Amino acid sequence: MTPLAKLLEAALFASATPVPVDALRLMAAHAEEGESTLEAALEELRIHYDDEGHGVELVEVAGGWQILTRPEYTEAIERAQLAARPQRLSAAALETLAIIAYRQPIGRAEIEEIRGVGAGAILKSLHERGLIDVVGRGEGLGRPLLYGTTPSFLEQFALRHLEELPRADELAIALRAPRHATASAASAPKKDNGEAPPRAD
Amino acid sequence: MDDVTTMHSSSLAVTDSAASEVFVVELAEYSGPLDLLLTLIRDEQIDIYDIPIARIAEQFLARISSLKLDEAADYLEMAARLVRIKAQMLLPRREGEDVWEDPRAELVRRLLEYQQVREVVDVLERRSEDRRSRFARAYAQAAVQLPVAGPLTISLPELLSAVDRVLRLARKPHVHDVLPRALDVDGAIGIVRALLAIRAHAQWKDILPRKAEPWEVLSLLLALLELAKRGELRLMQPRAFAAFEITRDTTGEAA
Repeated sequence: MTPLAKLLEAALFASATPVPVDALRLMAAHAEEGESTLEAALEELRIHYDDEGHGVELVEVAGGWQILTRPEYTEAIERAQLAARPQRLSAAALETLAIIAYRQPIGRAEIEEIRGVGAGAILKSLHERGLIDVVGRGEGLGRPLLYGTTPSFLEQFALRHLEELPRADELAIALRAPRHATASAASAPKKDNGEAPPRAD
Repeated sequence: MDDVTTMHSSSLAVTDSAASEVFVVELAEYSGPLDLLLTLIRDEQIDIYDIPIARIAEQFLARISSLKLDEAADYLEMAARLVRIKAQMLLPRREGEDVWEDPRAELVRRLLEYQQVREVVDVLERRSEDRRSRFARAYAQAAVQLPVAGPLTISLPELLSAVDRVLRLARKPHVHDVLPRALDVDGAIGIVRALLAIRAHAQWKDILPRKAEPWEVLSLLLALLELAKRGELRLMQPRAFAAFEITRDTTGEAA
């Protein structure tokens, strides 16, 4: 390995959280390693872990890099009680988180409107877990708190950045393509509900 | 709108540790009225843009009563909404009316929006499982925080009185008095010679007085070594740590 790759390995090993790219770049600049760039050194380290059969791997997450154990060792590590997987989030919590991730900054009322249920307890819990934070106050009545996701959210969901989530228009709505609810289309309730509807323009 | 937690009383799976209830308490089957509605639509293979509202409203009510969820305000609100849409659908439409607004439109919009949320949840769930199966380094920074030392603001008399207090508090250490006592090697040589004059063999314990002081032991040892050097006696130890034997050296005398 090049000296820069080794330096980055040491830096990533020393940190319990993902090391931001900026911090790595700063280290690389100080390292007087003219010939290899940060990207090349990271790639070198990644390949080093992948090709030579290591128990850890290099992962890009939340705008930084991190060394993580490989999934095949998770069970053994957990059985030995060296580390424990975090608790899964409930479906309700995940829905709330999904809404916040796409609509941030967003207030509680809007979240509740989308999900059709109260969100107070869930918001509190997500906040305690460090997944969301108050990012501002809305314009409306009482200047409601607006929520957004945190870097820890990216980290816990193995996301490099928010843009890695599918774009709203990429989501395949598993139901039917929309058609306009005009008089011609919906005047009489149809009997053949199981069949493909005619597409109106 | 009511909190999720109000539904727990009836049919929710309540697990232990009420610490963070949202994560341990979940609806038995549905995460909300929209989830239930979507499930019904999927089960019945209904076109979401053409929901037979009467049938769905009936099934919705049946499902929430069988789930004993009927106290839950959020579900009741949806049930009421469905019944209202059903009533609006039954209203006669005026002949020749150009634009008829489908009373189901708003519900369809919300269902589609909710459907999108569910799709994102699937993505998040996969991602979260992926991350959950990897551990990061569990390095914990030692939580020792040294107080930041500011400049001292203390007057000289205060400092001196503080020193005085500390000195008075500190107990005086008990110091042993050490008396200088010279070794008496010559005296010990006399003792050994007197003993060897009457006995050819002797042992260490024979020449050592009972309750000997350290200086006496040392004096005797040095005396034995001195006499051995002068050739007046021989020291022998049969094996390691055994008592050594003192023998009068006759060869030296004879010579």
